[in-house]
Amino acid sequence: MQTIYTDLLVVGAGLAGERAAVEAADAGFSAICLSLVPARRSHSSAAQGGMQAALGNSVMGEGDSPDVHFADTVKGSDWGCDQEVARMFADSAPIEMRRLAHWGVPWNRVVPGKSIYYKGGKQYDKVEKEEKEGLIMARSFGGTAKWRTCYTSDGTGHAVMCTMDNRCAEVGVEVHDKTEAIAMIQDGDVCYGVVARCLRTGELITYLSKATMIASGGFGRIYPNTTNAVICDGGAHTLCIETGVVPMGNMEAVQFHPTGIVPTDILVTEGCRGDGGTLLDVNEKRFMNDYEPDKAELASRDVVSRWMTHHMREGHGVKSPYGEHLWLDIRHLGAEHITGKLREVYEICTSFLGINPIHQLIPVRPTHHYSMGGVRTNRDGAAYGLKGLFSAGESACWDMHGFNRLGGNSLAETVVAGGIVGKKIAEYLEGCETTFKTSLISDVVKKQQARIDALVNGTNGSENVYKVRAAMQVALNKGANIFRTQAGLEECVATLQETLIRARNVGLRSNGKGVNPELAAALKLEGQVKMGLMVAYGALQRTESRGSHNREDFPARNDRDWLNRTLAYWKTPSDSLPTLEYEPATEVVEIPPGDRGYGKSEIISADDNKE
Amino acid sequence: MSRLLKFNIFRYNPADEVSEPHMEEFVLEETDSMTLFIALNRIREEQDPSLQFDFCCRAGICGSCGMVINGRPGLACHTKTKDLSGEITLLPLPVYKLVGDLSVDTGSWFREMYTKTESWIHTTKTFDPTAIEERMDNKQAVDIYELERCVECGCCVAACGTARMREDFIGAAALNRVARFLIDPRDQRTENDYYEIIGNDMGIFGCMGLLACEDVCPKHLPLQNQLGFLRRKMGITSLKKIFKK
Repeated sequence: MQTIYTDLLVVGAGLAGERAAVEAADAGFSAICLSLVPARRSHSSAAQGGMQAALGNSVMGEGDSPDVHFADTVKGSDWGCDQEVARMFADSAPIEMRRLAHWGVPWNRVVPGKSIYYKGGKQYDKVEKEEKEGLIMARSFGGTAKWRTCYTSDGTGHAVMCTMDNRCAEVGVEVHDKTEAIAMIQDGDVCYGVVARCLRTGELITYLSKATMIASGGFGRIYPNTTNAVICDGGAHTLCIETGVVPMGNMEAVQFHPTGIVPTDILVTEGCRGDGGTLLDVNEKRFMNDYEPDKAELASRDVVSRWMTHHMREGHGVKSPYGEHLWLDIRHLGAEHITGKLREVYEICTSFLGINPIHQLIPVRPTHHYSMGGVRTNRDGAAYGLKGLFSAGESACWDMHGFNRLGGNSLAETVVAGGIVGKKIAEYLEGCETTFKTSLISDVVKKQQARIDALVNGTNGSENVYKVRAAMQVALNKGANIFRTQAGLEECVATLQETLIRARNVGLRSNGKGVNPELAAALKLEGQVKMGLMVAYGALQRTESRGSHNREDFPARNDRDWLNRTLAYWKTPSDSLPTLEYEPATEVVEIPPGDRGYGKSEIISADDNKE
Repeated sequence: MSRLLKFNIFRYNPADEVSEPHMEEFVLEETDSMTLFIALNRIREEQDPSLQFDFCCRAGICGSCGMVINGRPGLACHTKTKDLSGEITLLPLPVYKLVGDLSVDTGSWFREMYTKTESWIHTTKTFDPTAIEERMDNKQAVDIYELERCVECGCCVAACGTARMREDFIGAAALNRVARFLIDPRDQRTENDYYEIIGNDMGIFGCMGLLACEDVCPKHLPLQNQLGFLRRKMGITSLKKIFKK
């Protein structure tokens, strides 16, 4: 079996992973990124809208600063974030955008003079200043006080991903694509790398490293309807969960995006609403302005998704063979705008729906979109529980998003956190000496080979991997969705516990030879169900509503009892439930909990007496 | 009653010693808004779990799912079955190394292309974190992005007559990449530098002008214009070189 050594091993080659790898390479260390797909196909590339950074170049961003960005982020998180981390992020974001410009990103730039823009379907004028000509432009996004979202048309993620991967090629960061990590090599104290399966041949490969980073993105594919790419299946998270010592933070914090298209769940960007698109109901009437007079369609995602679901429950949804939905209207933005700045949206509508958004309404509904939770790290990106293990980007719970993240903050997080954590990894590598124990490595490899053999031979049973996976997805969709209740979550947990037993009894129907896709799905299934249980059980225990986590039976945000972060461990592999622990949401408090200014909700203050 | 679709799919698993390259037939009932993404996943989940193919974003953004669909390279995810006849033949993209069935290795090919074209900004300037960004004309930024929209699906190379005959031909995706840097004011490379990379038969002068690349490009990149632009530029550079001697 092949063994490969590198100073830094990154699981994932999206923006966060490659950004960190570049930082390590610049400091003179070797770095390899493992990826299921060629780096540029990573899900980072699908982010259309942009990256939030308080550059304040546009006239609509005047008066913006990292302080305002920080405040928006904390409010957006519903005070669930780590404020020290949010502060680092907001302060670093403008510099990172300029760095990306230096590396080659073709950001849209300020064009001086008069131009029109739309807000809530109405047309307004703005005049961009002469002295700002050619500086990085920004657009409007939900939940923000200023126009702050830097963009390249509506292919921001794609453009930045190209530049970052170019940079990797330039500085010698290797990307081993079609390679899937299936187990971590660790002894309960230190992480030494991973065992991976080559998706060109099916062979196992050992990767040894001084530092290992999880930068594998979200895990939306544990839900049946998600905007996430098929590779966002949480495979790398399952490696961490399996250690028993690395906790997952705030797994119950799951974001639903207001505008997934029906039926294929593909995301159309928040830029549609940022640029003036409106939401309409079955009578083609606007409704968000009634629920949120101030922000209307541009309240934060959790709030808009909730009102949309509420509005459909009230009987104002559009009936379709794929269930109820609402309409997104961008017709008034005009052909030039739609085929220019919103071209990807135009292409998605015409290619996948057969709809022309210049003349027709787009069918949308709230769809699973983002995982605020993930591998819990400290502010340096070091994972709790294992030395030498780091994480950044959507896979991590670093935690600048708390219980709801703002549009444009996640794509910005990938490069900002990637840079900060990459620097910390380089510092760690500087003073690091590692000894690899061969018996530990061979034990892990043998165990993985035994797992594969058991699946191929059907030693544990003959459950069908796709059916068990579907059972998990359906249970989560039913019980751990936008609105949650005790009864629904209890049923969800019970169903997932049965599903966990079935997941342990999977056997392949095919022969498992080579790059067998059934085997790949089976290897991660048990871990995925465990993640599902972390989501549902965490949501059941959290008897409050905060950000994207909405308990209909506990509608108030409860700062007295729940101003904290859930840490979910799977202590023993044979357990049937995760072990939950809690820590304060933030040590540093710059902005004490208050009203968000949108999404009316009752608040139980930390000063209220216990009942 | 909806149509019964007949799929003829190329099968071969190089890791299985008894596997031989052959075509296999699958029958599937068509559903509303069915794409090849939906169809292939259903075949895998319901009929043959060993079937290999690549999808990632399933939204036409990432370029993973290039394959030959009824004789024409294209992205499977945004191919709607209602636009096809009842019989659908699927083959892996040629040129790239076969992984198995419909899955090919585009990653290694493109990684090599980045090295050949030195696909990054060449500059002697260093980044100053305390300075504001260098200004750029918005039109220029938009023009660069237009060429950066390539998703590296490989369809243009698979459809290229020259690339099919000559393994060392760099292909439209690579030429487009060179054009992207050539128009970027941040890249300090000169026309002579680019001539070193593509001023030969492996590069721009190898193109026979059949232009299937532009016909099949799922992102509708202006490849024809870029090839013409580069040919002119490199032609002039070549003449200048001759007269300087």
